[in-house]
Amino acid sequence: MEKIQYKPSEFYVPPIDKVGVEERVARIQTRSIKNESKAQALRLALNMIDLTTLEGKDTPGKVQQMCYKAQHLHDAYPNLPTVAAVCVYPTMVAVARKALGNSKVKIASVSTAFPSGQAPMKIKLEDTKFAVENGADEIDMVISRGKFLAGEHNFVFDEIAAIKEACKKARLKVILETGELVTLDNVRLASEIAMHAGADFIKTSTGKIQPAATMQVTYTMLCAIKDFYDRTGKMIGMKPAGGISTSKLAIHNLVMVKEVLGNAWLTNEWFRFGASSLANDVLMQILKLESGKYQSSDYFSID
Amino acid sequence: MAKKNNASDKKGRKESENINWEYAAAPESTASLKFQNKYDLFINGEFVKPISGKYFKTINPANEKVLCEVAHANEKDVDSAVKAAKIAYTNVWSKLSGAERGKYIYRIARLMQERARELAIVETLDSGKTIRESRDIDIPLAANHFFYYAGWADKIQEAFPNKKMESLGVAGQIIPWNFPLLMAAWKIAPALAAGNTVVLKPAETTPLSALFLAQIIKDAELPAGVVNIITGFGDTGAAIVNHPDVDKVAFTGSTAVGKLIQKSLAGTDKKVTLELGGKSANIILEDAPIDQAVEGIVNGIFFNQGHVCCAGSRVFVQEGIAEKVIAKLKFRLDSLYIGDPIDKNTDIGAINSKEQLETIEKYIKIGKQEGAEIYQPNCEMPKTGFYCKPTLFTDVSQSHTIAQEEIFGPVVTIQTFRTIDEVIQKANNSPYGLAAGVWTDKGSRIFNLTTKLKAGVVWANTYNKFDPTSPFGGYKESGFGREGGLHGLGAYLK
Repeated sequence: MEKIQYKPSEFYVPPIDKVGVEERVARIQTRSIKNESKAQALRLALNMIDLTTLEGKDTPGKVQQMCYKAQHLHDAYPNLPTVAAVCVYPTMVAVARKALGNSKVKIASVSTAFPSGQAPMKIKLEDTKFAVENGADEIDMVISRGKFLAGEHNFVFDEIAAIKEACKKARLKVILETGELVTLDNVRLASEIAMHAGADFIKTSTGKIQPAATMQVTYTMLCAIKDFYDRTGKMIGMKPAGGISTSKLAIHNLVMVKEVLGNAWLTNEWFRFGASSLANDVLMQILKLESGKYQSSDYFSID
Repeated sequence: MAKKNNASDKKGRKESENINWEYAAAPESTASLKFQNKYDLFINGEFVKPISGKYFKTINPANEKVLCEVAHANEKDVDSAVKAAKIAYTNVWSKLSGAERGKYIYRIARLMQERARELAIVETLDSGKTIRESRDIDIPLAANHFFYYAGWADKIQEAFPNKKMESLGVAGQIIPWNFPLLMAAWKIAPALAAGNTVVLKPAETTPLSALFLAQIIKDAELPAGVVNIITGFGDTGAAIVNHPDVDKVAFTGSTAVGKLIQKSLAGTDKKVTLELGGKSANIILEDAPIDQAVEGIVNGIFFNQGHVCCAGSRVFVQEGIAEKVIAKLKFRLDSLYIGDPIDKNTDIGAINSKEQLETIEKYIKIGKQEGAEIYQPNCEMPKTGFYCKPTLFTDVSQSHTIAQEEIFGPVVTIQTFRTIDEVIQKANNSPYGLAAGVWTDKGSRIFNLTTKLKAGVVWANTYNKFDPTSPFGGYKESGFGREGGLHGLGAYLK
């Protein structure tokens, strides 16, 4: 494909037509994924999951169990991939690190006063450093939505850049919390700011606000990633999070990634699902493809 | 890059999956559908053998296999159909109340919905259009036309206040092969609602869905002779147009045939509406929502393989964003699936006929000879059947043949422009004037352009949207008269 002339420093934020986005997404959702392509997609989806627990009542025991599950999704069925990562609060990173040992399942930690981001910069940096020092491979930060909506885009940019520095080697996922940004035009602009400020991934939501990862929002962010790649040659990852709990929706997301960005993004290095209940639904579907029958959810461990 | 992680550990678990993911074939099942070996003419409520004694083969353009044979009506067959329609008009249909007519039309609409899946498969097998489109667009929209006009049947006087409206008599209707069932619905529904009876001829390459509609009409117990559906070629159509008892001619098709029809009708008192060709402009301004505009170009020209009279075949892009739009369009073209139309994932199906494929290929050759730059995706094509890759021409000027003549295939030309006045002038500089599209974020620009473009339909930030309530028709050599909405009803009244 032809290279577009660009100045990497320039922001590129074309207007978004919501009706057009809805139509495109609807068309993506009419794709019919059957047989071997379905089997492939399900394994892929499983391998892209950031298995998540982000609750005030989380216990070390729960995190330990989740880390075990992350590596042993369903041992009754051999040759399954693991999930990509576990996603926990900073205070649970050390627990997860110990539980995972030298497994290749990554540890993602939310930081920057997740989920609201309503804390001073100093605290956000401390929060991030704490998670990294305890062994987090990936940091999921939240942007300051209040500042963004007030038009203080430079503040948002600088904050992301500072957190990126504090991440050191950890990969940075920037949560836009699209449910609070409301319009697709805002989502596009926030994506652009995040990518230019150093995000390795852009992520839709915390999972605490509705709506979360709608297909329309993810589509808009994927288009932003595509444009950024065309101009800079730099790949950015995408993580829809919140509300993707069924295999069908996960597969629709994969179709969208394939058609907007191409097969290069179809690995857990560049695409993740932030989800807590998706894994078991995908497992159920994988086993159904094999046996032709749905098994009871009682046969799948909850964490 | 993820290959190295792809090795399984000793328990067979993989750390990373990396695949070149392609969609497996997902064909719609055709098992439930059985064609008869031969289809006869639907005249006076019965399927009757043609007096001509002749039949012709209809094929599936996706694989060139013969589907079945259908009757080739001659002048005598046409005469018997028109006579049946005239008797039904005089004795039955013109005497029924509007509410009673409406009941029959509703019944047809509901039966179409009930048999939607079957109709979609028939349409796809016979025409080459994708099952995605016949299932999601053609069939539901066709049923909606019957529903919509059924509602008007008992409100004719209210629809045209202060006028005494009367039906015309027998309507002779000739429809094209690009939207076989939908065009039949566009024609039959308003004619019946207004109180006319019908003799309809589908195109020779796509007669089957109209014959399935004939069965529906029979099952709906519409009085005999109110709708007659006869199959055949151009001679059959000419016999309908020239029959003295036909009071109204409605034609959708090529401008060349439209001109012939108008010539042969000169000096008669037959009413006529013509919906003909187009070379519609799809205009992308620099403040357009660019990804949606690119999608709009795709929907504008590749919908139904470009076999659309209002296809956005001339794209005009403002120079500041031309490079981006072209690059994005090429990338999007690469992600389109071309292949068997019965597969639910196919984006671009088969060209309707060998003849049409040759026409399209001729124009592609001319485009290259004239010096335009061609782009086609590097994709696999089916071995049998009639297929054409989606084709993009850049470096096109207004005087190129491919920018002037209707190609009726998946071929789009891209021209650039600097000012709004320039693009209005270029867009209107065509013997056609059926449709246009405008893409911009600015409402004032939409209104400025829509009032100055000489086109029957102008879409803003979308393309190829159809609705029974909205009139459709052209300026200049794109024809006259409107179909759809109240205007479409008016065309069947005096």
